[in-house]
Amino acid sequence: MRNQLNKVLEGIPASPGIAIGPAYPYGKERFVLYRKKISEEDVPKEIAKFEEALIKTRQEILELQRNLSQKGAASDKIFEVHLLLLEDRMLIEDVIKELKERKFCVEYIFSQVLKKYINAFSQMGDSYIRERTADISDVGRRILKHLLGQDEGQPLRLEEPSIIVAHDLSPSDTATMSKENLLAFVTDIGGKTSHTAIIAKSLEIPAVVGLQIATRVIKSGDLLIIDGNEGKVIINPDTKTLRKYQKEKDRTIVEIQQLESLVGDLPAETKDGKKVIVASNIEFPSEVDSVISHNSEGIGLFRTEFLYMGRDDLPSEEEQFEVYRQVAERVKPYDVIIRTLDIGGDKFLSQIEMPKDMHSFLGWRAIRFCLARPDIFKVQLRAILRASAFGNVKIMFPMISCVEELKQAKSVLTEVKRELSRQKIKFNKNIEIGVMIEVPSAAVISDLLAKEVDFFSIGTNDLVQYTLAVDRANEKVAYLYRATHLAILRLIKTTIENAHNNGIWVGMCGEMAGELPLIVLLLGLGLDEFSVPPISVPKIKYVIRNVSFEEAKKIAEQALLLNSADEIEEFLSKRMKNILDRCISDNVCDVCDLTGLMPKKKRSKKRG
Amino acid sequence: MRIEKVIKIKNPQGLHARPAALLVQIANKYGVSLKIKKGKTVVDGKSIMGILMLEAGEGSQVHVVVEGESAEEALREIEELLENAEPVE
Repeated sequence: MRNQLNKVLEGIPASPGIAIGPAYPYGKERFVLYRKKISEEDVPKEIAKFEEALIKTRQEILELQRNLSQKGAASDKIFEVHLLLLEDRMLIEDVIKELKERKFCVEYIFSQVLKKYINAFSQMGDSYIRERTADISDVGRRILKHLLGQDEGQPLRLEEPSIIVAHDLSPSDTATMSKENLLAFVTDIGGKTSHTAIIAKSLEIPAVVGLQIATRVIKSGDLLIIDGNEGKVIINPDTKTLRKYQKEKDRTIVEIQQLESLVGDLPAETKDGKKVIVASNIEFPSEVDSVISHNSEGIGLFRTEFLYMGRDDLPSEEEQFEVYRQVAERVKPYDVIIRTLDIGGDKFLSQIEMPKDMHSFLGWRAIRFCLARPDIFKVQLRAILRASAFGNVKIMFPMISCVEELKQAKSVLTEVKRELSRQKIKFNKNIEIGVMIEVPSAAVISDLLAKEVDFFSIGTNDLVQYTLAVDRANEKVAYLYRATHLAILRLIKTTIENAHNNGIWVGMCGEMAGELPLIVLLLGLGLDEFSVPPISVPKIKYVIRNVSFEEAKKIAEQALLLNSADEIEEFLSKRMKNILDRCISDNVCDVCDLTGLMPKKKRSKKRG
Repeated sequence: MRIEKVIKIKNPQGLHARPAALLVQIANKYGVSLKIKKGKTVVDGKSIMGILMLEAGEGSQVHVVVEGESAEEALREIEELLENAEPVE
């Protein structure tokens, strides 16, 4: 049954823009099952089908296990349990008994039996056993896939332009997903800085997250309007609504194009001649096209997790080198800052069984993981160093929390450099090293860290979450997540001052660097580099080109004297509006309501 | 041969995933039939699902019934497993 017309769901706007298209439900839990009645004679055939699925699943698990043990990963024990669950006679006998009694197709019977076990296990008093539910459903899913004749791990390819509707999207989902025909993301959970939001922004598609009931309400093929500006999803709109949004969509495209033509490849230079760098954050090498077309000054953050995700083996040095080299060569003469593997928190590797403490943002992740696994870390460092012979490559370490950790990482790098020198392999011996300032302790001791590196990049997503103790993926506490909290602004100020006092530069690669009202503040605090999704580059350059550094400094000074995030945001929005108003009265352009800050009637009729 | 024995679980992991898996393996290795009772619940000792459903943690008592030619050897290994106070790998 189709949904009624014009049903509206409200969520959190995670990536701006408007998309219109059919819904494509996506998710591991989602199987289309039919309850098909069978006859007495069909029973043996269905049992045979079940056995065949069990055999295939067994082969699949054995293969996974083999791949893991080849890599020397210690914990393939979990698959032993999976194999036992697969061969469990209680489960098998239950399925066969029900099949004979109820006479429905085996897919349906199996899913019912599985559900029964999952329910029973999830209600167990013992928490350890309760957690086995995940193993049972994992094995169950594999069996069900084989029963339905679907291959595991088949990456998603959309046949027609569609909107992905999912409970949540993990980094491995998005890493394996084909980006062709992808119009927008809609998810039940997540906040403004969840993985889905970051990916959507880098792909330049709209996203609405935290809708809670999207996967339950939206049916496959429903026509959807995604309003990523307002955080709304409209299901099966009527023609009037459809026309309104179509117009809005066209207008946004025109405005972005205008802004781009206006800024072009001009530098990000203030009216009084202070130059900053506006670079891009990227997740995939394919985004380099967008980096170049938006006249971005290089790449301020190249995330490397995609290389490791959605596969059974680890990427080789050669494979990584090729990727890094190509990106470096393409963005030359600009820089590309490669961040070393930042796994853990909400990003996991499928090759290595991740202990539970990696699921915590406070746990064994990023540089902590890399230092504990030099076998993995060194391969990446070798690949990055080799690529540095082909472009302006810089290295950045994530999640540094103390000086010792940084020194350790640097000594691994020195070791790798020595190896390369010995082998007479070319690399840039003076490659610049930076750290991400994303743990509050790092910001506080940034004077000490500054003596060890060539640059800082402030990662505000984690910095905000750690400083304010707000889990950024939890929609219930999302309201507390404020980049304009004075604690954050003071940490940023300290970091920039400490860097400049030690003669190094500071960039910012968090979401905060792309938020319009905050650009002037950050500029005024002395930030040297803004790294944002490629699509935001022209917008930021435009603002910077229309203020003076002196004015920005004053605005920053005043903002830091205020008492709350609300006051600061209101103050900054007003100042931003003044600046944009001024641009309009200068007849520079009429594109400024792109920001959502400008009243429509003030738009100038003249085209710039 | 049929042997019954009440065993108090000393293994800190209880009859959970890893020890449960080993228990199934022991029963299969000796080709014996194995029933495990806890309270009123009786489960097949060759079913990991069944064993897990017993929720037999450290300190709980289970009644083990082994039947088959090698029942004695099997029971000895089962006792070793469950009464071992060291966690198994």
